[in-house]
Amino acid sequence: MADDVTLTIDDREVSVPPGTTIFNAARRLGIDIPHLCYDPALGLAPTSSCRLCLVEVEGSGNPVPSCSHPVAPGMIVQTNTPHLRETRRLIIELLLSDHPHDCLTCEKAGACDLQKYAYACGVKESRFASEQVAVAPVQDGPAIVYDRSKCILCGRCVQVCHEVQASRAIDFLGRGFDTCISLPPGQTRDESACAECGNCIDVCPTGALTYAGAEGGGRAWEFEQVRTICPYCGCGCTLVLNIHDGRIVHITGEPGLGVSKGLLCVKGRFGTDFVGHEQRLTEPLIRTGGELVPATWDEALGLVAERLTRIRDTHGPDSIAGLSSAKTTNEENYLMQKFMRAVVGTNNVDHCARLCHASTVVGLARAFGSGAMTNSMDEFELADAIFVIGSNTTECHPIIGAAIKRAVLSGKTTLIVADPRAIELTEFAAVHMQQKGGTDVALANAMMHVILAEGLQDNSFLAERTEGFEDLARAVEPYTPEMAAKITGVPAALIAESACIYAKAEAASIIFSMGITQHTTGTDNVLSLANLAMLTGNIGRPGTGVNPLRGQNNVQGACDLGALPNVYPGYQKVDDEASRQKFQKAWGAKLSPNVGLTVVEMIDAAADGRLKALYVVGENPMLSDPDLNHVEEALKNLDLLVVQDIFLSETAQLADVVLPAASFAEKDGTFTNTERRVQRVRKALDAPGQALPDWQILCDLASRMGYEMHYDHPSAIQDEIASVTPSYGGITYDRLQEGGLQWPCPDREHPGTPYLHKGKFARGLGKFHAVEFIPPREPPDDEYPFVLSTGRVLQHFHTGTMSRRSDVLDTLVSVGTIEIHPDDAARLGIADSETVRVASRRGQIELPARVTERVAPGTLFLAFHYREAPANRLTIAALDPIAKIPELKVCAVRIEPRPAAKS
Amino acid sequence: MTVQEKLIETIVSRYDGEVGMLIPMMQDLQAESGYLPVDQLRRLAARLDTPVSRLYAVATFYASFRLAPKGQHEVTLCVGTVCYLKGAGRISERIQEEFQVEAGGTTPDGLFTFQAVNCVGACALAPVMIVDGQYHDKVTPDSAMEVLRGLPLEQRQEQQETKT
Repeated sequence: MADDVTLTIDDREVSVPPGTTIFNAARRLGIDIPHLCYDPALGLAPTSSCRLCLVEVEGSGNPVPSCSHPVAPGMIVQTNTPHLRETRRLIIELLLSDHPHDCLTCEKAGACDLQKYAYACGVKESRFASEQVAVAPVQDGPAIVYDRSKCILCGRCVQVCHEVQASRAIDFLGRGFDTCISLPPGQTRDESACAECGNCIDVCPTGALTYAGAEGGGRAWEFEQVRTICPYCGCGCTLVLNIHDGRIVHITGEPGLGVSKGLLCVKGRFGTDFVGHEQRLTEPLIRTGGELVPATWDEALGLVAERLTRIRDTHGPDSIAGLSSAKTTNEENYLMQKFMRAVVGTNNVDHCARLCHASTVVGLARAFGSGAMTNSMDEFELADAIFVIGSNTTECHPIIGAAIKRAVLSGKTTLIVADPRAIELTEFAAVHMQQKGGTDVALANAMMHVILAEGLQDNSFLAERTEGFEDLARAVEPYTPEMAAKITGVPAALIAESACIYAKAEAASIIFSMGITQHTTGTDNVLSLANLAMLTGNIGRPGTGVNPLRGQNNVQGACDLGALPNVYPGYQKVDDEASRQKFQKAWGAKLSPNVGLTVVEMIDAAADGRLKALYVVGENPMLSDPDLNHVEEALKNLDLLVVQDIFLSETAQLADVVLPAASFAEKDGTFTNTERRVQRVRKALDAPGQALPDWQILCDLASRMGYEMHYDHPSAIQDEIASVTPSYGGITYDRLQEGGLQWPCPDREHPGTPYLHKGKFARGLGKFHAVEFIPPREPPDDEYPFVLSTGRVLQHFHTGTMSRRSDVLDTLVSVGTIEIHPDDAARLGIADSETVRVASRRGQIELPARVTERVAPGTLFLAFHYREAPANRLTIAALDPIAKIPELKVCAVRIEPRPAAKS
Repeated sequence: MTVQEKLIETIVSRYDGEVGMLIPMMQDLQAESGYLPVDQLRRLAARLDTPVSRLYAVATFYASFRLAPKGQHEVTLCVGTVCYLKGAGRISERIQEEFQVEAGGTTPDGLFTFQAVNCVGACALAPVMIVDGQYHDKVTPDSAMEVLRGLPLEQRQEQQETKT
């Protein structure tokens, strides 16, 4: 490393690494040089266009822009001379020459950089005052408003759009006084590459870009700001809630803040207005005479306690099951599984991870000894190659999607995408393998075949870190690219090319999600990817590993804290005697040694009468689970269905007792994001009506059932978690104030673990598993000739309980559509937007078609968010034999134009 | 490969696929069609791995790029000082009103593209209107109308463009 450079700024000495700009050197001294076009927190190259940050350097004639000018040894810099002050004044006056002086009513007042510098320079009016720009603000779409008259053309929004979000949707348009920031002319926001992430709003230094929904809601000095974690996907971005009059007026990111460094997506930024929705549950409800009628907490919890106790005493504890929630906090998941195990006395507790990453948890635990994402989110940009398989990352994990796009645009990273659909990432990929649904094992085996044939495997890694290689080598032997091409539909040459790119990269990272896991062969798929990584030594270093992207804000935490039927917190097995003894002692209760029921098994048990009661916290099996007609029959067959939620979900509508819960913004706690980072969730609002945080409801209920459960604050629950969960052992609230901690974090001194399996796998040696290709359970046939795949869209989330109650999100995408290839559509006489009927062996739905080349001929795609067209009426409940995850990604259906309306 | 794709390929290879040569590529594209068709801009952007938004930024910055087809005739009205004083403003208004065309735009029927320019150096003949290179001197709103109404409108094929 080169020596630091010493220079003098405003008569003070400072030493900084060579290459540092004068601007950043000055910041070290606490000197904030005025700037408008440069946002230091974004970490982007300065454009030096506003000229406000000019400084004087002794010996060099004219002032230089400090944001881009590097330091030099012995440099003497002045940042605030009379001449510079006059120059800055002049710049501000020029900017104000055509700027409306409406600070009195401007949304940005108090947070506007132009206002700040005008004040600092004492500019009351502009000597150059001329006609103001007379262009009305443009609102294109439900959220983003652009006021050309307030735009100073600094270009920060263009930079963030192109270089950080990597959507590259907006740019400067026109020339001279007519210049504006715009999408390509004639394109609406909807048609353009714009992801409506709104990051342009955050970086805008003036009131030119604003959020329509915040208009009139308050200004900077009126807001109380609370930093918390986003309730949508598993990325775990830090949201800044701007609260005024007991309402979240708008959400902002703060450049540099949190795992996303301030970047937010459309859901996090605009999708949390569900918190204040009029349909929030505000009082407990008890079904009386077929109707759900309001009741007191005492009545509702008294009834639940009494009936659960009676059912337990009559039919045994295993006749009761609980669904915990990947949306609630770690503390609440811990209490829920503790309630089921210590109070009810059963291991029948599970949650929707069963439907998304159960096969990941099982598969990676078998191969590596730990079922979580191996790397950190900010390591993707360190990878030389990224292999994305079965993950529509830009829509389902937008922040990680943006990181992948940035990595590709930087020129460092080569992207390989394997996906049955043409997704946004395929536009950035060097290779797109469009495999048939459910053929991933054949694809991965063929890639490994090529790697071995070419001798690209990492022999020293194989020898030192793994076992079972010979089994694998034998198993992949028959999977030539040509043979796999027949199964997968991917040309052999593409398979070989992908294998070589992946194997030759210094650091290659695999990213996968539900396209891999939601199959009857989900566990096999995961094992195959683990094989691929180990074969090439691509694990255990920064930027290289196997990375399952977790879907929900706290699905990682719900798994970690034991909301699974076979493990206690920290994946300690319930059928392991030592673990059971440990928890019996910690909880002071006798625990069941029997592994409990999984989600789909609970539904089956309810249907055939073995299960009498189901306690559901914040889940919605009536939309999320496969084969909904069966789910509905099963739930109606229960003696007692209790649902604890923030809205009257489709499941709650069937409940005997409904308990109103607090939302993420109304309670304290922690979420664990997809990169194993435990982060603080902070209370910002009071819950509406009588709604209570889930942890308080569970404590009250447990106490009523004779098990004393009391905590003053969720931090006390976290302390208990730390005492029984080795990987969370060093995590306490006082350590989570800034940034969070990544588990394993075994003790108070441990700094957390950014990437797993360094030097040694969690299970010792990494284990290869020989995996054979098995076709999906329900292949298409003459009667049901199409393959249906389900998934998500950017603008909605899961069963839509939250996102469809957000004005912005539901305006952006208000109806579900089924994607069909133009050739199929033409053959069947289906036009775009026309309503079609889709039927499987299990049910049928009607919804509009979307004719698009995103899907391959013979396949259909449908998101599962929509209650009016539930994808899961069609799906099959065929399970992976090990992980018990249903095959939501492949089932056979028929599609036809809707028959003429009945008269 | 369609005709359009071939054209993009030819133009791009002419400059070795160098993104820095975007402006000459766009000039060549415009030379083929008389303007920059949306679909072709999209193809060019995709081929160069450059965002469409950036191509539009370039296209709208330079006055010589056109995003709409040119009219069959070119009508240029001088609104320089002398012409203006002699009533060019009223002529311009009349043209805009009568033919529903803005300065810089093309009439809806594609008859002519109308441009208002500052001084063509023929102040003695003010106000001056140039139609397809031919100078008309001392025009009035009425005489301008007479000339423009007399322009022949050829029925020709729509700009050949396949749908996206």
